Amino acid sequence: MAHRPAARLTINGQSQDFQGDPRRTLLDFLRLDLGLTGTKKGCDHGQCGACTVIVNGRRINSCLSLAAMHDGDEITTIEGLGTPEALSTLQKAFVAHDGFQCGYCTPGQICSAAAMIDEIRAGWPSAVGDDPTEMPTTVTDDEIRERMSGNLCRCGAYDNIVSAIREAMAAEEEVAQ
Amino acid sequence: MKAFDYSRAEATADAVGQSARLIAGGTNLLDLMKLEVETPEALLDITRIGLNAIDAEGEGLRIGALVSNSDAAADPRIRRDWPLLSRAILAGASPQLRNKATMGGNLCQRTRCGYFMDNRSACNKREPGSGCAAIGGVNRNHAILGASSDCIATYPGDMAVALSALQAVVHTERPEGAREIPMRHFHRLPGDTPQQDNHLESGEVITAISLPAPLGGRQIYRKVRDRASYAFALVSVAAALRMEEGRIASVHLAFGGVAHTPWTNDHVDELLTGERPSPALFDKAADLLLEDAQGQGHNDFKIPLLRRALAAVLAEATGE
Ligand SMILES: Cc1cc2nc3c(=O)[nH]c(=O)nc-3n(C[C@H](O)[C@H](O)[C@H](O)COP(=O)(O)OP(=O)(O)OC[C@H]3O[C@@H](n4cnc5c(N)ncnc54)[C@H](O)[C@@H]3O)c2cc1C
Ligand code: SF4
Ligand code: FES
Ligand code: FES
Repeated sequence: MAHRPAARLTINGQSQDFQGDPRRTLLDFLRLDLGLTGTKKGCDHGQCGACTVIVNGRRINSCLSLAAMHDGDEITTIEGLGTPEALSTLQKAFVAHDGFQCGYCTPGQICSAAAMIDEIRAGWPSAVGDDPTEMPTTVTDDEIRERMSGNLCRCGAYDNIVSAIREAMAAEEEVAQ
Repeated sequence: MKAFDYSRAEATADAVGQSARLIAGGTNLLDLMKLEVETPEALLDITRIGLNAIDAEGEGLRIGALVSNSDAAADPRIRRDWPLLSRAILAGASPQLRNKATMGGNLCQRTRCGYFMDNRSACNKREPGSGCAAIGGVNRNHAILGASSDCIATYPGDMAVALSALQAVVHTERPEGAREIPMRHFHRLPGDTPQQDNHLESGEVITAISLPAPLGGRQIYRKVRDRASYAFALVSVAAALRMEEGRIASVHLAFGGVAHTPWTNDHVDELLTGERPSPALFDKAADLLLEDAQGQGHNDFKIPLLRRALAAVLAEATGE
């Protein structure tokens, strides 16, 4: 039995080795071992979404995942989406729309939104699109709210978060056309 | 979190008959390990054993135990022919959690009884023989059907409720071989052994869930909860109902948030079958369903709530 299991992860394009106590969550590995403190710890129990990162293209709660279980996985954190010099479309939109107040939930909101946009492009259904047999065609604000329900904002910046996401989606559509 | 050994299984065979606790998505197990409600000495990571495909099987479908809840909900065949399953999955947890949660892990998620999740409280499920703090305590989310004097907890999940209505079957592997457990008989009532949520034996691994040929008709999952999203059910109703010439030709119902199992009652389904829908009929069905219902104090409201939720679902499904 491995007391100090090992895993090799790719984080924001860089190879990183984990070896240590199997209790290390992916969240603590990012923050404490790698110093990637953009990803936040809110509840540590899967309830708030502050720790959202993208693993192999899918958003997950990094607090409810063991670092040792991510051998071979590609992980994107907020640090990998954009930099202060080169903000991503979503980051720019969050700034433009004041999609935050204290900012604590923001990295999780942005990682979550980035993956959510891909889920919509892939035609994934949601509980708001009443009929799961239909692909979502128009993305309403209700739809965005439901799809972002895994990210809480203690400051209640929800309206501006929705506006920011809506604008970022429109901007990306334009680029795509 | 208590220390544990960690190892990875390469194939299903490595996981069958092991004493180590299996970990799949980890979204329930790690949550409870952080609370030290679960304290396994060893974890066996089964995320790399395969079992992550959804395959046609006759007119039905076989969903591997490691398929994520998101992939199942988005599968075009499930959305078209078993939409109840998509709806129930999408009504639960959050997108992040559904991306991680697996079919097998979802079935085995543990109760959300607050005393179970709090190590300092008496709880027969966590520590057999210690008592039940929920009886006479805060029991708003507890059972109204099938509870015992040892435990009044509910099975909290959504997906298994839909699978019960859809007549799904759970496939497992034990050291002595494979077996099939109908979804309706997978979970168990608490009785005097509430520590056991379901009929899985130690060392038994869920390999797949199969859906029989599509039931057709209207398929509805109505989940009543404190928030519009990202909250467990207070009560839920899953219905697969087919009408023929103004009568209910077939109906399969299952109920969540009300018992230690996804609750089903064949007599209720039989009472409705062949009848013309009417509010009086729906009332009779609710009477039968709730015949032995018992509130615990804070959850008394679930009895009228379930009655109304059932009537609303039947009205919608029959077009009445
Ligand atoms: C904040 C929050 C909100 C939630 N809201 C909802 C909700 O509204 N509705 C809902 O239904 N659920 C909800 N959930 C629960 C969620 O659906 C479950 O945590 C998830 O489905 C568990 O799957 P998993 O793969 O992560 O299981 P794990 O945590 O990996 O495992 C859970 C259990 O299953 C066992 N297990 C796993 N796979 C197998 C297998 N193949 N064979 C045998 N045993 C196995 C494990 O040993 C463990 O005991 C919520 C969870 C959280 C944290
Ligand atoms: S209801 Fe069941 S789970 Fe809750 S405290 Fe009582 S014994 Fe424990
Ligand atoms: S810190 Fe992970 S969900 Fe709250
Ligand atoms: S901006 Fe403060 S929690 Fe969201």
